[in-house]
Amino acid sequence: MTKFLRLPDVRSWLLAMPVTLVLSFFLLLPLLMIVVVSFWGATEYSIYPAFQFDNYQFLFGSSVTYQVFLKTFMYTGITWATTLAIGFTIAYFLAFHVRSQTWQTAFFLLCTIPFWTSNIIRMISWIPFLGRHGLANETLIKLGLIKEPLEWLLYSDFAVILAFVHLYTLFMVVPIFNTMLRIDKSLIEAAHDAGASGLQILTNIIIPLTKPGIMIGSIFVVALVMGDFITVRFMSGSQAANVGRLISNDIGLLAYPSAAATSVVLLVTVILTISIMLRFVDIRKEL
Amino acid sequence: MMKKNHYSRRTLLKGGVAAVAASALPAPMIWAQDIKDVTLRQVGTGVSAFNEIAAKAKEDLGITLEMTALDSDATAQRVATQPNSFDIADIEYWMCKKVWPTGNLQGIDTSKLKYYDKIVGIFKDGKLTPESVIAQGSAPHTVGFVENAEDKAFAKEETGFMTLIPTVYNADTLGIRPDLIGRPIESWAELLNPEFVGKASILDVSSIGIMDMAMVCEAMGEITYGDKGNMTKEEIDKTIGIFTEAKKAGQFRAFWKTFDESVNLMASGEVVIQSMWSPAITAVRARGIPCVYQPLKEGYRSWGNGLGLAKHLSGLQLEAAQEYMNWYLSGWVGGFLMRQGYYSAAPETSKLFMSDDEWGYWLEGKAATGDITSPQGQVIEHAGAVRDGGSFYDRMGHVACWNSVMDENQYMVRKWNEFIAA
Repeated sequence: MTKFLRLPDVRSWLLAMPVTLVLSFFLLLPLLMIVVVSFWGATEYSIYPAFQFDNYQFLFGSSVTYQVFLKTFMYTGITWATTLAIGFTIAYFLAFHVRSQTWQTAFFLLCTIPFWTSNIIRMISWIPFLGRHGLANETLIKLGLIKEPLEWLLYSDFAVILAFVHLYTLFMVVPIFNTMLRIDKSLIEAAHDAGASGLQILTNIIIPLTKPGIMIGSIFVVALVMGDFITVRFMSGSQAANVGRLISNDIGLLAYPSAAATSVVLLVTVILTISIMLRFVDIRKEL
Repeated sequence: MMKKNHYSRRTLLKGGVAAVAASALPAPMIWAQDIKDVTLRQVGTGVSAFNEIAAKAKEDLGITLEMTALDSDATAQRVATQPNSFDIADIEYWMCKKVWPTGNLQGIDTSKLKYYDKIVGIFKDGKLTPESVIAQGSAPHTVGFVENAEDKAFAKEETGFMTLIPTVYNADTLGIRPDLIGRPIESWAELLNPEFVGKASILDVSSIGIMDMAMVCEAMGEITYGDKGNMTKEEIDKTIGIFTEAKKAGQFRAFWKTFDESVNLMASGEVVIQSMWSPAITAVRARGIPCVYQPLKEGYRSWGNGLGLAKHLSGLQLEAAQEYMNWYLSGWVGGFLMRQGYYSAAPETSKLFMSDDEWGYWLEGKAATGDITSPQGQVIEHAGAVRDGGSFYDRMGHVACWNSVMDENQYMVRKWNEFIAA
């Protein structure tokens, strides 16, 4: 028996067992359930087992689905680009401009302060600020910059994306900052000595070496934005819809099979998007 | 009435009082001591989930009420899918059509209801007064009775078993900001008036929102419905079509789903005309902002709430729940909720629990003679104020339709989703 346990293969299998069990029970099984239910049928108040393609047929047959997916991609794309630009800049500043480690830590903690309150509160606090008679509009009017309040500040795509950027930029900052700290400073000095300009150092050394961080941050942001529904609901004043809202509406109306079908399509979309992203950077190799 | 609960069983048994008491106070009283330890979990829409009610129930009956307030859809969902997660369902009548066939609720024996004869006609034969015409939609009496406690189909007329014990109801209309509009509003059609572009709102609860939409489309003269409460697919398409066009033209500032959202939209001036619920108007006014629950010539869209008993209730818990329902209709709760702007299903019993001035203001449409306060004691109106829409009979007598679930509900919901996503 002990001999058997000592076999390298058996040992690694046994070591991997707990996490395999946990993942299959709490991740794979529920996912499988969602896939199964997506083929079921629903009545007004109940769902019944079946094997039918109705849910998918309706999903792919409705022009709304395509609009909503397009919108989801739009939110994701713009949020990703903005959080990347802001996140990269902050991380760059923290890693290369702030010399003392104490201040680096202090500034980094400062970035996390908003995360001490709940997601929802951070989001909702924008509403009085951006409203027709909110702080932003009142200030702009007092400064004489505008005469009429800007309507598009709140309950618009602008508001949705603003909230997304606010909520998720830190998810970009952390991994990028982390990879930047690992860059050997002597590389930059060497480049400098060899006569490289600041821009050249950025594009030839820093960006290539922070790619894994950028990719990890991007995966976070893309997955979070594509799966979100509450931000879109609150910030658009319920007027815009992304895939998450389609699912939540279905659940609210007890249409679980239809919600499951939409979830499966969303899941496949997110997996595809992330695998395409991973084609550009091999995270494992570079970490 | 409630005092009797304070007799312990021992006192009751002492002397000859026992016999008298036993005949005067039937079954529930026997449990008076025991139900003190009972906890009832009540799940429902926020309309009547007030801590004050739970506290008073504890004081009068000794039972502990644990209230959970959810939005309409979530409530229906909970009742239909998690039957063991609640003991009492505080739901709207239209939800009956969705949740009753699941068998998660049990019919309520009306012989156990002390105030059954005090319940207004709306919940029995559908008529407020003998001359009343019954409005369109899921009128409460059409889903209010079953043949027996287990029956899954609704009865056509009064039987000995109710699906829900009616509690509160109201006549809903549009809320407006008179100060920001500055002219009289008389018709539902005003919701889509281009004058209010970017300043209108409607609620994003499909079963209620579609009725508001229908009131608007009919008032505009665009659609004549066979039955607004049970539309055909074509009627649904046309209705949603008109609103989708308005949405694309920027008519709506936002849609709201919860009570608080509607209050904030109105109070902040983001919106000047919208679908609204009565306490939301009160909440806006309590902030000192003018807001009117505007009576409109086409009539009101009405709703009713009731308490349903979970299937799993039996024995002591069932007795406690029945006692709670009797207590609910005995007057105090009715008075409390009528100060909120709703009506009690047994208004008469609440007369003792309201001042003459309150009764005059809330139910008779008379001018207030002193300050009118909210249930929490905040002053909301001063002497001379008259309730929007007038008396109980003026308001409940002008119901054009009831919130409902249609035969084409699933189709309507899909169309509604498209409207939201458009």
